[in-house]
Amino acid sequence: MSFPKELRYTKTHEWVKSQDDSVTIGLTDFAQKELGDIVFIDIPEVGDQVTAGVSFADVESVKAVSEVISPVSGIVTEVNEDLVDAPETINEKPYEAWIIKVNELGDMEELISAQEYEQLTKEG
Amino acid sequence: MGGYLPSTQNERNDMLKSIGYKDINDLYKDVPSQVLLKTDLSIPKGLSEMDVRSKLDGIAAKNIAFPVVMRGAGAYDHYIPAIVGSVTSKEEFSTTYTPYQAELSQGVLQSIFEFQTMICELTGMDVSNASMYDGSSSAAEAAMMCLDRRRQQVLVSQAAHPETIETIRTYCWGRNVPFNTIPVKNGLTDVEALKSMINNKTACVFIQQPNFLGQIEQADLLNKVTHEAGAKAIMGVYPTSLGMLKTPAEYDADIVTGEGQPLGLALNYGGPYLGFMACKKELTRSLPGRIVGETKDNKGNRAFVLTLQAREQHIRREKASSNVCSNQALCAMMAAVYMAAMGPEGIEQAAALSFHKAHYFAQELTKIEGFSLIYDGEYFNEFITSCPIDAKQLERALMEKGILSGLVLDNTMLWCVTEKLSKETLDDVVKTIREVCLI
Amino acid sequence: MMLIFEISKKGRKSDYLPACDVPLSALPQASKLRKDPPKLPELSEIELTRHYTRLAKQAFGVNSGFYPLGSCTMKYNPRVNEVTASNPNFMGIHPLQPLESAKGCREVLDLAESLLCEVTGMNAMSFQPAAGAHGEYTGLLLIKKYHELRGDHLRTKIIIPDSAHGTNPASAAMVGYSVVNIPSDANGCVDMDALKKACTDEIAGLMLTNPNTLGLFDPNILEITQLVHACGGLNYYDGANLNAIMGKSRPGDMGFDVVHLNLHKTFSTPHGGGGPGSGPVGCKNILKSYLPDSIMIEGRKPESIGQVRSFYGNFGIVVRALTYILSLGSDGLKAASETAVLNANYLMHQVKEYFPVAYDHVCMHEFVLTLEKTKHDKNISALDVAKGLIDYGMHPPTMYFPLIVHEALMLEPTETESRESLDQAAMAFKAIKEKIDMDPDALHAAPLSTPIGRPDEVNAARNPILRYTSK
Repeated sequence: MSFPKELRYTKTHEWVKSQDDSVTIGLTDFAQKELGDIVFIDIPEVGDQVTAGVSFADVESVKAVSEVISPVSGIVTEVNEDLVDAPETINEKPYEAWIIKVNELGDMEELISAQEYEQLTKEG
Repeated sequence: MGGYLPSTQNERNDMLKSIGYKDINDLYKDVPSQVLLKTDLSIPKGLSEMDVRSKLDGIAAKNIAFPVVMRGAGAYDHYIPAIVGSVTSKEEFSTTYTPYQAELSQGVLQSIFEFQTMICELTGMDVSNASMYDGSSSAAEAAMMCLDRRRQQVLVSQAAHPETIETIRTYCWGRNVPFNTIPVKNGLTDVEALKSMINNKTACVFIQQPNFLGQIEQADLLNKVTHEAGAKAIMGVYPTSLGMLKTPAEYDADIVTGEGQPLGLALNYGGPYLGFMACKKELTRSLPGRIVGETKDNKGNRAFVLTLQAREQHIRREKASSNVCSNQALCAMMAAVYMAAMGPEGIEQAAALSFHKAHYFAQELTKIEGFSLIYDGEYFNEFITSCPIDAKQLERALMEKGILSGLVLDNTMLWCVTEKLSKETLDDVVKTIREVCLI
Repeated sequence: MMLIFEISKKGRKSDYLPACDVPLSALPQASKLRKDPPKLPELSEIELTRHYTRLAKQAFGVNSGFYPLGSCTMKYNPRVNEVTASNPNFMGIHPLQPLESAKGCREVLDLAESLLCEVTGMNAMSFQPAAGAHGEYTGLLLIKKYHELRGDHLRTKIIIPDSAHGTNPASAAMVGYSVVNIPSDANGCVDMDALKKACTDEIAGLMLTNPNTLGLFDPNILEITQLVHACGGLNYYDGANLNAIMGKSRPGDMGFDVVHLNLHKTFSTPHGGGGPGSGPVGCKNILKSYLPDSIMIEGRKPESIGQVRSFYGNFGIVVRALTYILSLGSDGLKAASETAVLNANYLMHQVKEYFPVAYDHVCMHEFVLTLEKTKHDKNISALDVAKGLIDYGMHPPTMYFPLIVHEALMLEPTETESRESLDQAAMAFKAIKEKIDMDPDALHAAPLSTPIGRPDEVNAARNPILRYTSK
């Protein structure tokens, strides 16, 4: 299982990449393994508002469903439309399969380092 | 009586002993003594099969099954080919459960897949679920699937079936969602009224085709208004009429619901019936209930499974949009066998016969003074007439002749004619009505 | 197997309807007519009947073999029920007939109501709900109406134990309630401390199955219902597991105010591959005037919650259940429950030699195994064992439920199984256990005796094919 050092993480298993005044959000390797084969993701639209600590997408596997929680408040500027047709990309390349990009950032949840996150997944 | 227990009392005593208990009540030791019944229930002792049949036959004999049924209003007396009952009484189908174990249940799963396809063909829609409880609850579930954070209001045509309106109203009250009815003008849902009521909070608009008054709605105009406001158009349809009338897909409906009873199910005093639900492709993942999909097994053979299950209550629990966890599989099979037996021509024929016989009867009935059509629009096989005498009195008089009249609505009557009524029968009914009304 | 559409040949048909014997009328305007006929199958009757006979060979019912599907009460469906329900004087009755011409139907509903009220300790019942989940929904609407009419608008939460059926929380959401989840204690029953904390003036009620989904009768039941009443809530009984206690104990005496029953489980009506069922809702007098009813015959009752579907529900199913209740009577119902509990304990006693029981305690009509250790040690899951059992000629138990037990298999043998069939099932578990010890990988390939192997569910959900499309 991989935990790229350059990313920050949430306790609810999202990864976050900050660039200038925008952040990119995806699901971690750990999250995709827990879910199993992902069959569907319902993503927001460009222009939608997301709120820190609130779900903005559902990912479904055959026998489970999980919410993706936004670590930040802001406006969605880009969505990864490719995931709609190929949700399995999240299983295959979790750190390339970003879900949304957000700017006009407001409140931010507490983020943790790769090391802290790896520790968290080991504690279960 | 035995309770259909295969084991004898001696065997049961042995089994109890073999696991270390003396008395059957030892197994009920967790039940507090205050709630453990000390005496038998106050209901009669069991009956033999012979006695129970005689008792139930005696109860049934207190009903009148009318040889001539001219009443529809949500339950329709269409002809049911003998093959329907013969197929669906097979024990493998009737005594099985929801097909959770696909490897053991390919027959059931495939039959549902075929049903889904037939409903799509009949309605013209892209996707159908595995069926719902009945037409009314199907309509209510369809309304619920349109709700989202921004759109929380439901509009229902006042010309829909009163029990469908009532059911949607209940579901809206349950979800704390505003519910309003769209008024009727000259037997049709009032397009102008809809325009004035609909807004950017409206989630969906439900109309029925043909409507409860028997009239063919201007569904194209109504659905256009609905879509312009960004709401979803739901159409409740009478499946037999789709052998003739424009499909909900051709009217650009987003979701279609209906009562499947006319597709090979008996009247049965209101149930079991069959709800069906179909929609445009983009709404697939909002559908409630079971859905069967095609896939392959581990050897590459075609296989069928329950699919898209992450929508459902057993996974999503309180976040599921519906609590439905069963369908009416055996009723869906009745409908599938009916549709397959009738085929495209048979369905067209049932529709055409119902249409022409209804129009013939209307023409003959309105020759009697005091009977006239209340609405002048086009209809399929139901229509409302005035009645020159007290409508209840006419209903009673016809009952004595073995005729279940049209449904009495205030002092008018909602008549229904299906392919089951021959010209001779219809002429006799008209003759009888003439006699009753002359006295 | 060929789909019915693939057997279809253009022009084949049977003649079910006569030619038109009335003069033709003008059709509606062309803009109101469908363009093309529906592409339904075209076949002769013999092709049709053979198609469904082939399908029937790939279905497994209670009449095919042992079906210990936990929580579903797959008991024998007596044939006489089908005979009484197919009386033309029931099947041919229109739901909107004048009451004086449908006295027999009313008598069926009234008699079934009074008998089932006696079984459950309730005062009144509606048969409108068509299934168990539909009954739950209806029961919760009664509770909502009760609080609403008392002006008690702050009660928006419902207490549900974590062992509950998934329909419970989903039904609560449909009436606008949020769910307060109560954990199970070490014995698998309601955690009383957690319940006490949850009982506030925001609580609309409690939903409980008793015996619960672990097959355990909660010994604190009276205290539980009293706590909920004391905070102003009502108690809802999920009747899914009533088969353990007919004639032994009544939800009404336990402090429940409203119940739903599953006539298709407890009262032997056939499951039909997922329906039609019937989920009548019974209640105490305080809720009676809120019950749903058909407005077309009775008119709208001022305090009723309204309708949850059309007419009087699945009447034909009520006829079957009534036939069953009259056949068994007070003595037979009690014997049925006692034997269901005996059979479950007898089977549990044997099976636990091979796989551990999640809560090793005397059970009611069902019990739950946990294969967590087998999964960990041998990589054999509950699913693998279930699929393996198919090759021994039985239907597998319920898998992965209740959620609080890892790698769960839930067995409910019912009272209509003989000692031999229970012994055979135990032998099947023994054989599977031996396989796991000898050659665990073999089980991953199971089942081998079925028309298909394990289906690719991931592909089915990723690329949904939900209908046949002609090529």
